[in-house]
Amino acid sequence: MNKNNKKASPWNSIKVGLLTLVTLVVFAYGFQVTKVNLEELRSERRQESFVRVMRALARPEIFEYDQVEEIVNYPFYTPCPTDASILSPMDSDSSEPYIVVTPACAEPGEVVQVEGFNFAPNTTGPVRFVPGSDLANVVTLGRALAKTDINGNFAISMEIPKRPSEDVQYIRVILRRNIGTPHFTKTAYETWDKIIETVFLALLATVLGTILAIPLSFIAARNLMKTVKSPLTSIALSTLGWPIGMVIGFLAIRWVGNFSFSIGSNVGVNLASIVIAPLLAQFGLRWAMPQVEINNPSQSMRIARLGVILLSVLLGFYAFFQLASLAMSAGNVLRVSLGSFGFLGFFLFQMGDIIAILTPTMGALAAGGTLSSFLGRLGQTSSEKLPAPAIKTLNLILTPAAVAIVFVLVGQLLQWLYQFDTPLYTLWMPLVFGAGLGLLLAIMTKPKESLPIGLVVYSITRTLLNALRSVEALVMAIVFVIAVGIGPFAGTLALGLHTIVSLAKLYSEQVESILSGPLEAIQATGANRLQTIVYAVVPQIVPPYISYTMYRWDINVRMSTIIGFVGGGGIGFLLQQNINLLNYPAASAQMIAIAIVVSLMDYVSSVMREKVV
Amino acid sequence: MLQIRNLTKIYDGGLKALDNVSFDVPDGQFLAVIGLSGSGKSTLLRCINRLIEPTDGQILWNGEDITAASQEEMRRIRRKIGMVFQHFNLVHRSKVITNVLAGRLGYINPAWSLLNRFPKEDIDKAIKQLQRVGIAEKAYQRADELSGGQQQRVGIARALMQDPQIMLADEPVASLDPVLAHSIMSHLEDINKNDGVTVLCSLHFLDLVHRYADRVVALNEGKLVFEGLPKDIDDAKFKEIYGRDAERVG
Ligand SMILES: Nc1ncnc2c1ncn2[C@@H]1O[C@H](COP(=O)(O)OP(=O)(O)O)[C@@H](O)[C@H]1O
Ligand SMILES: [Mg+2]
Repeated sequence: MNKNNKKASPWNSIKVGLLTLVTLVVFAYGFQVTKVNLEELRSERRQESFVRVMRALARPEIFEYDQVEEIVNYPFYTPCPTDASILSPMDSDSSEPYIVVTPACAEPGEVVQVEGFNFAPNTTGPVRFVPGSDLANVVTLGRALAKTDINGNFAISMEIPKRPSEDVQYIRVILRRNIGTPHFTKTAYETWDKIIETVFLALLATVLGTILAIPLSFIAARNLMKTVKSPLTSIALSTLGWPIGMVIGFLAIRWVGNFSFSIGSNVGVNLASIVIAPLLAQFGLRWAMPQVEINNPSQSMRIARLGVILLSVLLGFYAFFQLASLAMSAGNVLRVSLGSFGFLGFFLFQMGDIIAILTPTMGALAAGGTLSSFLGRLGQTSSEKLPAPAIKTLNLILTPAAVAIVFVLVGQLLQWLYQFDTPLYTLWMPLVFGAGLGLLLAIMTKPKESLPIGLVVYSITRTLLNALRSVEALVMAIVFVIAVGIGPFAGTLALGLHTIVSLAKLYSEQVESILSGPLEAIQATGANRLQTIVYAVVPQIVPPYISYTMYRWDINVRMSTIIGFVGGGGIGFLLQQNINLLNYPAASAQMIAIAIVVSLMDYVSSVMREKVV
Repeated sequence: MLQIRNLTKIYDGGLKALDNVSFDVPDGQFLAVIGLSGSGKSTLLRCINRLIEPTDGQILWNGEDITAASQEEMRRIRRKIGMVFQHFNLVHRSKVITNVLAGRLGYINPAWSLLNRFPKEDIDKAIKQLQRVGIAEKAYQRADELSGGQQQRVGIARALMQDPQIMLADEPVASLDPVLAHSIMSHLEDINKNDGVTVLCSLHFLDLVHRYADRVVALNEGKLVFEGLPKDIDDAKFKEIYGRDAERVG
């Protein structure tokens, strides 16, 4: 044996043996829990229903004909009555369809001959036994099938089921024939409706997810966040800026909204406002933010500009509300007047409503962000300019306030979620604990030291993304169904959230792999952080962002077809319903629709990918 | 006047890339920075516009301490310091003109520049700078469609957009064909002689130093080992700068 080879040792063989054993046990257990059972597959019952399902699936309910039916009921006794006189044959001299059964009565289980005359030629239909003496009985027995010849006659034999009765029972023939041209079934219309819902569900989730994932991906990129360092004063002030700014922004924009509402929904006023307000706002912004600024402006000039900017922004939001009002009233009119295109009006109305609802939130976010960054800048400058003891004092005041606010907000969130209703735990404890922690932080850090706040934010964002990403979209859908009710809205939210977290992760990896050279070069020109992102980062990430968005779009189309299984809207709901009702022809129609949509969307996105990337 | 005072940079790993370096650069000088690779040339140049934060020491520019400037002041200082790089550092997928216009980012209002809006004068100026470096006809091509020499000229045009008073050039010709080196270097010389811009240029080849530089500083393992005129680099000095085994070829 070669020296390099491992020496054969009993221990090694035992290890191999043990490994095999473990593998076998694992597989056996796997077979058991997944209920692998080939015997079951071979059983006749299974095969029969399998064949039945496959045949049903092969006949999707998409087209149908209008049908006319010819129904003939033949009174029949089984067993034969003692009084033969009641056996009266049907009058056979009419031109109406009629049937003749020979013998006219029979013992249960006997085979009789059924002949039909004067039916429409070339039609088919069941010949069945109606038990009980009630003609309206929906339960019928037998599997015989009649098929008329070109003269409209047929002759078959059928077995009388074992349902003896003193009373009269019936043999019923129903012959159906198609008339006119084929048309779509009700199932087809329903499927079409739902498939449209499905596609839009996927579209909305993808668009929403992408829009929100882009800013998140920058925060979750290590190379960008690593360089973000701020002194404690700045961090504390910008933390305080978010909630305060959001409250101010929300109140201010709501006030604008009420003002806009009080003007009413006069179309003329709406139109004028929509045209004039943005123009004024743009004019104001242009004046307040000159493109090039060589010398620093005076203090009074700065204040004047700030005022004009605020006014312009309020004007902009006012225009938003007016737009919403216009869209809603126009939508209402169009919904009635457009007839079958009324959905456009409905859409317009909904858009207006969405704008009206989202505008205060947008205002709150914008104000929060602005105040936060303004205060952050203020903190940065003060800790660069003021003497260390002053900064230390500031930190001792601001940091506890900031941490306490964050803790209290978390406490209030928990209160809202779980309704503890004990302010001691949801308000006072977080307040005291946060203030204490902030105080500790302020004491421990050197006043002017730059803290790696970027890395902290990065780590928190990444952790959250990873945690949320590991939750399946279907599970999210279940949660949202509980939160907002069954329907496509829940599905959109679930798919949208999943899109945000998974795209943010993929995007941020792309940001991390960009070339650092251009970044450095743009920084060297004096560009600020946002400019650096727009001019050095964005051009490098556009192609991968597009291809990841397409990839996500494909996934979302697939997901949206099954998200209805848990109540998230879309075609999955119908499909599941029909499978549960054993209505396989309808389920088949839906499966075909899904296959068509998925492959169509796949094709569209591959074409777009080729064009864009 | 740019004054470097006891500049020291210790990287996170503990490596001392600059060790107590001091020298002055009078306005309008063409200063060459030489040294083996890894001697700290790039670190030195990047400390001047604070792409790298110095660990210790000061950089005074006309009396103002760059190392103590706030972020807001740094934006104002950086826009007066142009920089060209060994690997050009253009944004590949952007147009040439966009790359050049990026040189104005320190001047224009951030809010407008985010929408990719530049004033008309800046666009005219960008074309003019491209004409100056001789590639105006490439203005609307993508940057990565250009050859290396052309890309470096775009880099110079970008730096010129800043109306710089100082130009930092970190081995601007090291990744170019030797024949192209003179074309790039003569652009820098032109900017130095005709616009009066102070140039700090790190270089590999001594012949380029002799041809273009007014004065030389040499680094070895982060220490300043020579400061003087190019012609004063004799064989002994050469060995001190480049190590004992180095052979003079230039
Ligand atoms: N970001 C960094 N982190 C740690 N060490 C670095 C970093 N950049 C450069 N160095 C080290 O600092 C020394 C000087 O590098 P550099 O200034 O690039 O030299 P040169 O430009 O002269 O080749 C080298 O030893 C290099 O490995
Ligand atoms: Mg270098």
